[in-house]
Amino acid sequence: MKKLTSVADLERLRRRILSQRDPEKPRISVCGGTGCRAYNSQEVTRALKKELRKQGLSKTVALKQTGCHGFCERGPLIVLYPQRIFYQRVSPDDAPEIISKSVLKGEIIDRLLYVDQMEQKKVRFENEVPFYNRQQRIILGNNGIIDPTDIKDYLAVGGYSALAKALFQMTPEEIIAEIKKSGLRGRGGAGFATGLKWESCRNAPSPDGIRYVICNADEGDPGAYMDRSLVEGNPHSVIEGMIIGAYAIGAHHGYVYIRLEYPLALENLNIALEQARKYGLLGKDILGSGFDFDIKVSRGGGAFICGESTALMASLEGKVGEPRAKHIHTSVSGLNGRPSNLNNVETWANVPLIINRGAEWYSKIGTEGSKGTKIFSLVGKINNVGLIEVPMGITLRKIVYEIGGGIPNGKKFKAVQTGGPSGGCIPEHLLDLPVDFERLTDVGSMMGSGGMIVMDEDTCMVDIARYFIKFLTEESCGKCVPCREGLDRMLDILTDITEGRGKETDIELLEELGNLLKEASFCALGTTASNPVLSTIRYFQDEYEAHIKERRCPAGVCKALTTFTIDAESCTGCGVCLRECPQGAISGEKKKPHVIDKSRCIKCGLCRDSCKFDAVIVS
Amino acid sequence: MVELTIDGIKTRAQEGTTVLEAAHEMGIVIPTLCYHPGLSAYGACRICLVEVVKGNRSKLEASCTLPVEAGQVILTDSERVKRVRRLIVELLLASCPHSKTLQDMAASMGVNKVRFKIKNRGCILCGLCVRYCQEQMKSGGIGFIGRGTSRRVGTAFGLTPEECRNCGACEWICPVCEQACTAPSLIDGLCGGCQNLVPVETCTVCIRCSESVGPQGHKVY
Repeated sequence: MKKLTSVADLERLRRRILSQRDPEKPRISVCGGTGCRAYNSQEVTRALKKELRKQGLSKTVALKQTGCHGFCERGPLIVLYPQRIFYQRVSPDDAPEIISKSVLKGEIIDRLLYVDQMEQKKVRFENEVPFYNRQQRIILGNNGIIDPTDIKDYLAVGGYSALAKALFQMTPEEIIAEIKKSGLRGRGGAGFATGLKWESCRNAPSPDGIRYVICNADEGDPGAYMDRSLVEGNPHSVIEGMIIGAYAIGAHHGYVYIRLEYPLALENLNIALEQARKYGLLGKDILGSGFDFDIKVSRGGGAFICGESTALMASLEGKVGEPRAKHIHTSVSGLNGRPSNLNNVETWANVPLIINRGAEWYSKIGTEGSKGTKIFSLVGKINNVGLIEVPMGITLRKIVYEIGGGIPNGKKFKAVQTGGPSGGCIPEHLLDLPVDFERLTDVGSMMGSGGMIVMDEDTCMVDIARYFIKFLTEESCGKCVPCREGLDRMLDILTDITEGRGKETDIELLEELGNLLKEASFCALGTTASNPVLSTIRYFQDEYEAHIKERRCPAGVCKALTTFTIDAESCTGCGVCLRECPQGAISGEKKKPHVIDKSRCIKCGLCRDSCKFDAVIVS
Repeated sequence: MVELTIDGIKTRAQEGTTVLEAAHEMGIVIPTLCYHPGLSAYGACRICLVEVVKGNRSKLEASCTLPVEAGQVILTDSERVKRVRRLIVELLLASCPHSKTLQDMAASMGVNKVRFKIKNRGCILCGLCVRYCQEQMKSGGIGFIGRGTSRRVGTAFGLTPEECRNCGACEWICPVCEQACTAPSLIDGLCGGCQNLVPVETCTVCIRCSESVGPQGHKVY
């Protein structure tokens, strides 16, 4: 492959790629995101490939393993083009039938279709699935179409055209003005205006002219995987965004700081970088514009704190990853003391879109203060677990009930936590809240990087607060006193409460510590860390009081405060719980009420979960 | 030179200096633990927090790392500052109960009770020794190991490093290992007798410091 040395070269290549592709040619897209891989989707791909070869269709039917499609709950997913037939929970054994029936004859295999939980009807096509059709997938959309390991796929969907436009039709100042006009704000959590950050980095003096652009792919929130899926599924969109940013800022060196625990994302990113270099889209004299830029990949060591901008840069410098005072912004003095522009993966992926389609188009999506779309990972007690991309300003209710499909097993919604471990829990009466940076902060939570954990009535809010504080205690870098000691003490108090040793003064002390963290911590990890505690006290104080005053866990979660008994009247003596109990604590004759031996019961809850007659009572 | 207001008094300070230095210059005492004039500012103990007022709003910043700015309005001893400092000292005392430095500081701030469980860690992780070793002794033999509550000061692989010249500077600069209070355990009380500054009416538990006198063995002022 010869390097592309001009825009004409790039367009010629794009035309050639497109001319070799027939949009009507049957195409099978198998989700190869980490979630579906865990469901064995690679075996599905192999089985399909084998079957195609067996039937002599390898040339006429295209098979692609793509990045994450988003609907992780129903994996492994496959989509058959051009009709966009949507199959879920596909197993390798289904391969022959899929090829001979659906691909060749266009017939639909009923058992692989998705059943819409709300209306209880089967859905045949991808665009009819409510999970997808209520989203606005301007960034994630390409994930299901392109093979992340093949740059040609990205070029076929118009990839790198924004780069060509930026390099040859726009000045750096115009690019920054366009990003500013679009209203794009950082997707990493703080929501700082991206254009302003770029401008201050561009204008900051550098002794030797060196500036850096850095991509923050150190996504560490439990239950959040937006950035991982973007880097895994569409790494070129991030790279293209970074090159445009580097050109606008005047940087020639870039870094991607990526989490150690993301092997697939790292692999796909390295392949993409290698291909971009080979095509002359990275390196010296990009597309013949005279602009040089290259990207190095740096792997984090698994510390949550290294997602914080100054800690990340310290880690990049080879120092201990801990934050430093930010009175001088990193865009003025960051990595190696040079102006450094750090943006999150999703922010970078937004850039090509804005350049291509214009700030005006982009700023029409979203709310007054928050423009564009946002990717959330919708997880927890929700029917449709997965990655969603929605316009800013959508209500939480729409996300939970329309896209998420509501709460499983007919349970009641209790709260949704946004913004990762240091976000707040938002109760039901605030479900009509439009999701944007300001409104989430107003109610004591935050946008964060986009984790969204749904909780149902069986969730104990004190226990949830304890869980997140435990995570943060372990992940605090330990530099400043409020965060290190404050979190540790909050964890002690919360553990006491959940284990039945709570004192009446505890709530007040928790609030005092929470406010201390907010006011006095060194970095954003500490200042937001008390959100889970403060928000649960604010909205679910009754649960705290029940734990402390009545020594009772209303949700029946806190083991020290619960006892398991079997209601003799509802128990049919079916024996399911007896078989499930790992301790052998349940005894009883068939068709007669069973009993639990409290001395052997470890309160694991398996009996309650397995009982079809709701006979296990937790009190 | 920039002009700023500290505690209602207008002052001028050299650009590039910190609010803490400007306040010291004026004779205003801001308590510190991890700060040392001969070392780089670290900003970890948060004891030196001051209130930065902007219009109707204010926020707390560590004065040791806060550069002076023209027109800054700083309060070093407001109620908000005092409240936060008291809680920080209380937290530190709970993890380092025998330090006289901390006890004195607590007494001077009116903290005479620790509401948290005592977990004697013997170190407040202020990093003075680490910075002294690195910046003044040019050795770098000790550093921080681990994160969160398992963070501690140590040497690489737990071995005496070649760089160590046994100068004792780390010990010398440590604010918590000198003059430890002789009381066997603090449990959950602090009598304030170490520094005769605040009136203490009753102590829940006496720590038996050397100055304890009075009807119940406590010094009552």
